[in-house]
Amino acid sequence: MDNGAVRRGGAAKWLYLLLILPFIATLWPPFYNSLTPYWLGIPYFYWYQFLWIILSALITGTVYFLTRDA
Amino acid sequence: MSNVNVTALVIFVALFALVTILGFIAARWRAGDLNQLHEWGLGGRRFGTVVSWFLLGGDLYTAYTFIAVPAAIFGAGAAGFFAVPYTIIAYPFVFLVMPRLWSVSRKHGYVTPADFVRGRYGSSTLALVVALTGILATMPYIALQLLGIQVVLAALGLQFTGSLLGLPLNDLPLIIAFIILAAYTYTSGLRAPAMIALVKDLLIYVTVIVAVIVIPMQLGGYGAIFGAALNHQHAIASLNAVHVAGAKPKPAFGLILAPPTKASLGAFGAYSTLALGSALALFLYPHSITGVLASNSRNVIKRNAALLPAYSFLLALIALFGYMAIAAGVSSNPAFAAQFKAYGATFSVPALFLQSFPSWFVGVAFAAIAIGALVPAAVMSIAAANLFTRNIYREYFRKNPSAGEEANVAKLASLVVKFGALFFIIALGTQNAINLQLLGGIWILQTFPSIIIGLYTRFLHKWALLIGWAAGMATGTWMAYTQPSAVVKHFGSSTYPLHLGSYTAPGYAALYALIVNLVVTVVLTIIFNLVRLPAGNDQTAASDFETEPAPEMIGVGAEH
Repeated sequence: MDNGAVRRGGAAKWLYLLLILPFIATLWPPFYNSLTPYWLGIPYFYWYQFLWIILSALITGTVYFLTRDA
Repeated sequence: MSNVNVTALVIFVALFALVTILGFIAARWRAGDLNQLHEWGLGGRRFGTVVSWFLLGGDLYTAYTFIAVPAAIFGAGAAGFFAVPYTIIAYPFVFLVMPRLWSVSRKHGYVTPADFVRGRYGSSTLALVVALTGILATMPYIALQLLGIQVVLAALGLQFTGSLLGLPLNDLPLIIAFIILAAYTYTSGLRAPAMIALVKDLLIYVTVIVAVIVIPMQLGGYGAIFGAALNHQHAIASLNAVHVAGAKPKPAFGLILAPPTKASLGAFGAYSTLALGSALALFLYPHSITGVLASNSRNVIKRNAALLPAYSFLLALIALFGYMAIAAGVSSNPAFAAQFKAYGATFSVPALFLQSFPSWFVGVAFAAIAIGALVPAAVMSIAAANLFTRNIYREYFRKNPSAGEEANVAKLASLVVKFGALFFIIALGTQNAINLQLLGGIWILQTFPSIIIGLYTRFLHKWALLIGWAAGMATGTWMAYTQPSAVVKHFGSSTYPLHLGSYTAPGYAALYALIVNLVVTVVLTIIFNLVRLPAGNDQTAASDFETEPAPEMIGVGAEH
């Protein structure tokens, strides 16, 4: 029981690293500074960042659920 | 008074009246003793996930944001879109950091970030500096909310001439709106904006969802909108390519960022540093911290870090209004010439709505913006009042005020702050308010080491923090001072072109100043520790930052 809690606590710490992903994806413009490919008439620059709003929320939500008991 | 849009005005006034009533009723909502500061100024620290979501959403995504972000896109294109990565990365940061501030504040009864600094470093001077920075950064921010209301009122056609009792009559509707706001904030405290935020957000969501469907349908789809924006880009590029003697070049406009060259970082550096710096600064603002501390558990904050991005999505959609305004050709519509002259690109969204919506819906949309200004203005004035009461009045004027006296001082301070902001926008003008708000962002980030780093470690020395803060403030202010824009000689931009040899790296002055601040703080900390300069008492224990205090802890007074 105690060991399980410790192990889960250890794994939880690593999960927090997931929160770095949104920073890397959005703070490095070379990843998205392009007009193409368009999607529904919207240039890549814009829909990529729209997409990351959703992905970032999902990542934060996932980390929340997985670390809740830790 | 010739072009008043009557239908829109009637709807606008009706919705405004509705939230006024709500504001006063809010005092009785989950009633508490409003003669206690944490009841008046933090809503009793009782807000659950849903209320906190509305309150923080209404508080952080201000009316000014909703006007200024599309205005930036309208004027500069992609560079103005940095608000989107900014609001993306703010939340993982909140998720990690803010529960710690919440726990320690709950444990020790801290109402303001400066209370925490006082307790953590045992330094009332450092707390004073943090409090003053917060108040200073907040005032122009409130003033800009007024600017949001002003633009909307002008769009409704409410233009008065002449003056009454020496005040220009044109500002009368704004003054009335503000007196109402001041009255219910005074009586209901933080409960008022929390309740109004609900209405405001519903109106904003309806407006934006309708706008992103209806306007593209009128303009021929998103493909056509971005096509028009691209033509606009080419037109400006070819205008600037031909050098006309005496003519000023048009500001750069592009659908994507200018890439780095051999001599410069292009627009990449500014885009990323503005996003990062603004994200780190967002939750240092007193009104954001007030919203966080008002929630009833750590988990409420964490859940909201995952749920608040819904507003970021909304903001990104709103940003695209800037391109819609270009495609709709609002700036060449002679009906809007006078307002564009008075308000510049700020008028692009109101103009777009006027041109695209039937009058009744214009009323709804404009009410959404105006009410959207009231929520943050109320929270900001409450936050500033809390700072004044806790960290200035209580520290320097009356050591041990009764709970009732403390709450009364805060209520009065909230009035002073609001009328200060009103005076500001009327007497000093909008350009000064914009400049100061820009400086406010630079200033508030300089409290990062004291507050955020302080949540993790006591390594930094209180005097080193103080001197580092001063160095950061001076550097950031100077950097902004040296930047001209098309309309002003100084404080024209918060982007500073850092020269590294022959290479130029334009970046957000706040972040550059924070680097100076941190270097000074760390170096001095090492020196002060070597010479054994005493480092104040730490009221907090390591476990205070992680725990969820039992409910009976609620309302325990501050321990200083």
